[in-house]
Amino acid sequence: MSRSARSPRRMLRAAGAGAAALLALSACSSSGPDSSPQSSQGSSASSGASGAVSGEVTVFAAASLKESFTTLGKKFEKDHPGAKVTFNFGGSDSLAAGITGGAPADVFASASPKTMKTVTDQGEAAGTPVTFVRNRLEIATLPGNPDHLSSLKDLTKSGLKVVLCAQTVPCGAAAQQALDAGGVRVTPVSYEQDVKSALNKVVLKEADAALVYRTDVQAAGGTVEGVDFPESAKAVNEYPIVRLKHAKNAAAADAFIALVRSAEGQKVLGEAGFLTP
Amino acid sequence: MTPPGEAGTARRPHTGRPRRRTRGGAPLPLLLPALIGLVFLVLPLVALLVRAPWRSMPGLLTSSEVWQALRLSVVCATAATAVSLVLGVPLAWLLARTEFPGRRLVRALVTLPLVLPPVVGGVALLMALGRNGVAGRWLDSWFGITLPFTTTGVVLAEAFVALPFLVITVEGTLRAADPRYEEAATTLGASRFTAFRRVTLPLVAPGIAAGAVLAWARALGEFGATITFAGNFPGRTQTMPLAVYLALQNDPEAAIALSLVLLAVSVAVLAGLRDRWMGAS
Repeated sequence: MSRSARSPRRMLRAAGAGAAALLALSACSSSGPDSSPQSSQGSSASSGASGAVSGEVTVFAAASLKESFTTLGKKFEKDHPGAKVTFNFGGSDSLAAGITGGAPADVFASASPKTMKTVTDQGEAAGTPVTFVRNRLEIATLPGNPDHLSSLKDLTKSGLKVVLCAQTVPCGAAAQQALDAGGVRVTPVSYEQDVKSALNKVVLKEADAALVYRTDVQAAGGTVEGVDFPESAKAVNEYPIVRLKHAKNAAAADAFIALVRSAEGQKVLGEAGFLTP
Repeated sequence: MTPPGEAGTARRPHTGRPRRRTRGGAPLPLLLPALIGLVFLVLPLVALLVRAPWRSMPGLLTSSEVWQALRLSVVCATAATAVSLVLGVPLAWLLARTEFPGRRLVRALVTLPLVLPPVVGGVALLMALGRNGVAGRWLDSWFGITLPFTTTGVVLAEAFVALPFLVITVEGTLRAADPRYEEAATTLGASRFTAFRRVTLPLVAPGIAAGAVLAWARALGEFGATITFAGNFPGRTQTMPLAVYLALQNDPEAAIALSLVLLAVSVAVLAGLRDRWMGAS
């Protein structure tokens, strides 16, 4: 009997230790997806020898650039045999935090000037960022537009489940700007943590509409339908790109930025739904 | 079961006397990794304290959003623990005390949410209970109930990840408990349910309590399944971990402050419960 009388304490002690470990684990898991750089340290390729581009170049790019930059990366590797592009796609804010925290990257392409500014303010950029594309918002709704949405105002229909991005991320700030421009007040069911989460709520048919980028609607294919609205012109997002000061491979970084800004690069980005600067 | 007096006298001599310790100190191959492990766990928490924005702390902590998120977190974690208790204890009993074909498979399935990334758990919940989900579409068309984007959705998401912790803990305690007490009760005429209620439950109460604490702690810190299944809306589905994550996007200082609040609350609750049970048992 004394054994059973003592066991609660042992159990509790074990539970306490387990709980502490759990808290540590969950705290770490909530740091969000893609916040850590996946790429290894830029290889020891020489950064001198202008013209000859080789070695590894690490590009941190906003999640919305994933499809088009992957295409451009393949093109880059074909143009420069011996060069290798490693991408780290993620929320611009997380990427910027990674860069200012010392993550090894050569190029940073952000989805908003605001996040780019956090990098330039820390003196992490080499030179001035340039805008290479712009993106505007669209209403993403279910295929066939069953709720007959045609304007921003329609998002206030009662019973309509709308999701927006949280205002702390670029797509949420842009959405708020557009809604303010139209004088429309929307009460969403959720403020999502990034644009892809907002889009996926519509893809999964959990929400009826979301305010996302044109490029996201395009990337989602037929699973959502895009509805353009005039106020989106008031909330155009500019995408700046820059070579970073601690770039291990400056030559390749410059060459990649040149490709993005070239007519060919702009064509690929245009096909993904981006607007030229 | 145990008369309180007996438990008290049985324990007192042990607590009064110094514990037996290894003579000559712990061997280095054990001591060194143990210390590294301790530092590894504690250092990040210390860093949080060091880097905490103590000056702006009062302003952050008195904001209504923080209290809203904190209250929601505590309420939802407690509700999720209650759900886990109601469903988990019988499930643990089934796994520990009965034989049926496929029991090992069921056991493996129960522990699956432990290894599943919570975000995947959230997506799976959407597939099952979402407006367009396998079961959710019937809930919607028959009862007009939709779970995503609701506080109930938060509770479900948290219960989904917390339940396995409770089941595993309770099952372990049940296996360690002597089944002969129950058998004695049934031979004396008690039904199997009465034996469970009057004999088994008090016998494994410490294990249930430990499991509930684990489940509560897991539910309190739950992020991935919650934001995926229930979304993020202040006051309705925005729990503290969600608030921390979103604050991290543009205001790391606020995120640190929020994390400390969550940490303080969980430590206070765990310590409080521990003392309470220690005193009572």
